[in-house]
Amino acid sequence: MADTLFHKVWNAHRVRTLQSGQTQLFVGLHLIHEVTSPQAFDMIRQHGWKVAFPERTVATIDHIVPTSSQRRPFLDVMAEEMTVALEKNCREFGIKLYTPDTAEQGIVHVIGPQLGLTQPGMTIVCGDSHTSTHGAFGAIAMGIGTSQVRDVLASQCLALEPLKVRRIDVNGKLSPGVYAKDVILTIIRKLGVQGGAGFAYEYGGTTVDRMSMDERMTMCNMSIEGAARAGYVNPDDTTFDYLKGRQYAPAGAAWDKAVAWWRSISSDKNASYDDRVSLDAPSIEPTVTWGINPGQSVGITERIPANADAEALAYMGFDASTPIRGTRIDVAFIGSCTNGRLSDIEEAARIVRGHTVAKHVKALMVPGSRAVAIEAEKRGLHQVFIDAGFEWRGAGCSMCLAMNPDKLEGRQVCASSSNRNFKGRQGSPTGRTLLMSPAMVAAAAIAGEVADVREMLEAVPA
Amino acid sequence: MSRILSVAGRGIPLRGNDIDTDRIMPARFLKVVSFEGLEHHLFEDDRRTNRGQHPFGDMRYNDASILVVNANFGCGSSREHAPQGIVRAGIKAVIGESFSEIFLGNSSVLGLPCFSADHASIDKLQTLVETTPDVTIEASVETGAIKAGAISFTASMPASVRDAFLQGKWDPTMMLLDKFDDVRDVAGQLPYVTGF
Repeated sequence: MADTLFHKVWNAHRVRTLQSGQTQLFVGLHLIHEVTSPQAFDMIRQHGWKVAFPERTVATIDHIVPTSSQRRPFLDVMAEEMTVALEKNCREFGIKLYTPDTAEQGIVHVIGPQLGLTQPGMTIVCGDSHTSTHGAFGAIAMGIGTSQVRDVLASQCLALEPLKVRRIDVNGKLSPGVYAKDVILTIIRKLGVQGGAGFAYEYGGTTVDRMSMDERMTMCNMSIEGAARAGYVNPDDTTFDYLKGRQYAPAGAAWDKAVAWWRSISSDKNASYDDRVSLDAPSIEPTVTWGINPGQSVGITERIPANADAEALAYMGFDASTPIRGTRIDVAFIGSCTNGRLSDIEEAARIVRGHTVAKHVKALMVPGSRAVAIEAEKRGLHQVFIDAGFEWRGAGCSMCLAMNPDKLEGRQVCASSSNRNFKGRQGSPTGRTLLMSPAMVAAAAIAGEVADVREMLEAVPA
Repeated sequence: MSRILSVAGRGIPLRGNDIDTDRIMPARFLKVVSFEGLEHHLFEDDRRTNRGQHPFGDMRYNDASILVVNANFGCGSSREHAPQGIVRAGIKAVIGESFSEIFLGNSSVLGLPCFSADHASIDKLQTLVETTPDVTIEASVETGAIKAGAISFTASMPASVRDAFLQGKWDPTMMLLDKFDDVRDVAGQLPYVTGF
């Protein structure tokens, strides 16, 4: 019978139905980091439990790492304590950990795919809502809380309810200067920040088919911002080409078998969905948020809506019916699990090259992982940013959520390639975030205000 | 683990849709290795910027144990620190229009039932608590019946979550470990576990 990837993968991992009626689901890959795991390990110890499948959990340190100097011990005593706790927990329970002094360290949602840990057909969870990123490979991937991290450590399983599946087709060619970030912001704007509740989003259509893995990850990453706990793309040759040769990817004779299985778990052509939505890619503009949730956005040539939410306008200090273009910024941040990958840096570098960051703007370029940083540096991209007046930093989550020293101050306005423009998100209780693509952040950094990257691209050879 | 059949207590109304977990528990308070003391930072930035106008800074709701919220409460980050702070502040149930799935899941595991009802019913309940802070709210997990003063309406929660509370099985680890051979069987049939 024709079925969706979601159901096929769910059924392959279903252990049984619990007395409560929830499904006991086996977890194929468990990723952990320093913020949401220490209490889970304590609970495991208190109960005298073991970690059931230590080889199916991989750890890194990302949220609290400073990006200026990563020399240990970290200056921040609590950041050091959390790092030491994770090191101790991983040692005690036999879990692989990538610390900041290893070449593999980085944001958990950047390194999973990069190492080939993330594969099609898996169930992947992590104590982090942006785990939906890994769905780009055709996995069921979702964020969980710390008690659930404990459950996965103890049993490699979760008690869950299945999701419905909404197919979102994006068709046509994106205009130059329009990126996956603009597509997902447009989807969230259209369906709303509550629209995905109870659903997994399956992204497809000719636009998504043409996207690179980096772009698909950006799309899936922000599914949760539209309330869809998981988002995914069916695996195809782009997926397989990305994975081939990566450290943890199947190799040799296993590779062909893996590809055959991966193809088999894709949604069938005539699969039925609980809901369907479609979008026309050529109509999408570079998109910028004006409010306090990721659904409050407009195209760069549009004005803030006349009926804009009063609480959001008051917080942002913006007026309804005014253009977002020309909004003065104080900080430019390129990075995060949404847009901190090599292609994001390359695209931003195209804009930045030969220009200078506006005098009043503090601009940060924070690679998503050390491997991304190393590759970018090999290509000389770091120098492009440094020459323009950006700070080229070490890898980590940084100013996306400001758990490290990178924070907004006061009411600063930040043009940010991250995922959340919530009140206080970037470290100042009154700080303001404008979400946009990395190229748009680069354009804003140079102009000193929200600008239309398409005009700057006209001067750049493709 | 005890059965949770019903919850009763005074209410605390918190108006607004899409109140995210960054607002419930700002990220800087996640720099901890335990959940102890998180109740002191609940809504800390909202409380500061609202200068005493926030319900969690309002003396009238000091003894409240039932939080009444609007739509999409607890959206955003999966941080369990948010419901941990709420539970540690003495809240025993949340009644609202809707909840983020991750928040609802995290809350359920802590024995904190989240009831959903329509906007009009929630609005009435919030108004009642605002005007009569000492009114007792009764919430039945079994039937979903919510009663407070002259107000009564029916709320819902996912059936499996409701049954888990009624059976005293809301903390699932023991159930998940119960038939561990089944877990090994499933793992043994997954191509990527066995090496293709």
